[in-house]
Amino acid sequence: MTTRTKEIIALVAVALFVVIFYIRKVAGRGAIEFPTWLSMLVILLILASLLWILVLTIRGRLIERRVVFLYVGIAVALPLFMSLTQKISVSPEVKQLYDAIVELPEGSKVLLSFDYDPPSAPELQPMAESIIRLCLQRDLKLIIMGLWPQGPQQANLALEKVFDDEDIAAKNLQYGVDYVNLGFQSGNEFVIQRMGGSFQSMFQSDYEGTRYEDIPLVRNVRNFSNVDFSVNFSAGFPGTVEWVQIAVDRFGLDLGAGNTAVQAPQMYVYLNAGQLNGLLGGMSGAAEFEDVADYRAKGTKFMLSQSFAHAVAIAFILIGNVAFFMSGRKSRLKGD
Amino acid sequence: MEHFALWLGAFLTLGILSFLYKDNAWYKLSEAVFVGISAGFWFATLFWDNLVGKFWDGKGEEPMLWVGAALGLLMLFRLLPKVGWLSRWPLAFIVGATSGLWLMNYLASNIMSQVQATILPVFSSGFGAGFDADLATIVGNLVIFVGTFTGLVYFFFSKEHKGVFGGAARVGIFFIMITFGASFGYTVMSRMSLLIGRIDFLLGDWLGMIG
Repeated sequence: MTTRTKEIIALVAVALFVVIFYIRKVAGRGAIEFPTWLSMLVILLILASLLWILVLTIRGRLIERRVVFLYVGIAVALPLFMSLTQKISVSPEVKQLYDAIVELPEGSKVLLSFDYDPPSAPELQPMAESIIRLCLQRDLKLIIMGLWPQGPQQANLALEKVFDDEDIAAKNLQYGVDYVNLGFQSGNEFVIQRMGGSFQSMFQSDYEGTRYEDIPLVRNVRNFSNVDFSVNFSAGFPGTVEWVQIAVDRFGLDLGAGNTAVQAPQMYVYLNAGQLNGLLGGMSGAAEFEDVADYRAKGTKFMLSQSFAHAVAIAFILIGNVAFFMSGRKSRLKGD
Repeated sequence: MEHFALWLGAFLTLGILSFLYKDNAWYKLSEAVFVGISAGFWFATLFWDNLVGKFWDGKGEEPMLWVGAALGLLMLFRLLPKVGWLSRWPLAFIVGATSGLWLMNYLASNIMSQVQATILPVFSSGFGAGFDADLATIVGNLVIFVGTFTGLVYFFFSKEHKGVFGGAARVGIFFIMITFGASFGYTVMSRMSLLIGRIDFLLGDWLGMIG
């Protein structure tokens, strides 16, 4: 069988799989969930196959890189069907952010800056949802903005999700009174700089076009001194670094941050220096916050996939090292 | 429309993932669509937000906007070779203003505050004298002190890394490697999160297999 024939067969198989499951979805069938025994069986099978790959490697038969991709894909996808739960331990920086929010008195104004776009949503959206939910639960007032164009849209998606919660919906929260979305403002760090003098100079109207002075929630909000706490959800520039350097160090804003895992390590220096009041780093940070806020959602659900993927990555690093040392030993035996 | 959007999203996602098998036309198409839409989105957003929103709709009421508009216009002179030198003025303004702002910001936030955070009392929980810190705090403070000091020694190239100095530099490189390792671990987590997000879209939003 030629490679082209194999490729066509694989494509047809994928297309059939998609059609069958799409029809199943349209027919209104629910999600698939593996029982515990099946989950354990799947884990055992994956472990056994990894051991088999290790044996093959020791015997000198190296595997293709596509096999590694396939294993990572399986390690990410299968846990999404499993009913297993993972124990999550809350780190001090996550607890610090949680404490900072719950210690705010009722009616305090919290500024949320959404500085990310859809590609970073898997990490930052669960954080945003759980923080918005906690704030609204505790009757805090939310002022939302974004230094990235799609940020305010992500905020609206998070708000929609939170309002699906019956407890939050029962509060009958009003736009403009309990929360407001000021929208996107271009200008990167210079926006933060000017907000230090006047919010209105940067946001003449909100996301829906209502003039700043006509919004009851922000009518008396002139600058950072009228905000009690702030959280920045950041995926890069402009983001937490700029908020710390300008809003925190120049204007004294009390800031917590939720960051993508890539940039989280750079933020720990600000946390240790007291420039940040709490930090959520990547998906694990989101899951920890959900745990401490007693709201288990996508962050917690995705952590099982995350852990499986890490375990597979570690397994392949070990297998790769075995292959490396074995090849070195063979070279020495041959006298190369 | 919702179904069309889901299928289009899935088609493009699978197109990008198909690169893992090998480079192909489906991947190239998806990549080109992504890059084109991103550039178009940014252009449209900035055009409507800045040019139309602030300047045109605001009728240039704020005098500083005219200065910005003039500098922006000068930038386009780069397209005319004879007067291209005029485009250096807005560039000089941008470089000057940005350096002025960042110099102070970096000095205060990334140098002074960090130096202050590194100068720690080893045995005291606060900044006063005393021996009231618990063991974890003492170890943590010592790690920060030793890590910072030896890390700086490693980057001091005016003296050969030999003897005690070389030993300290060697300890420094260990700290630096651990830092790189932590960053790498976080990067792996971030990339896996993106993959989880896409698989959640494919199996959840698109095919309804997961809740």
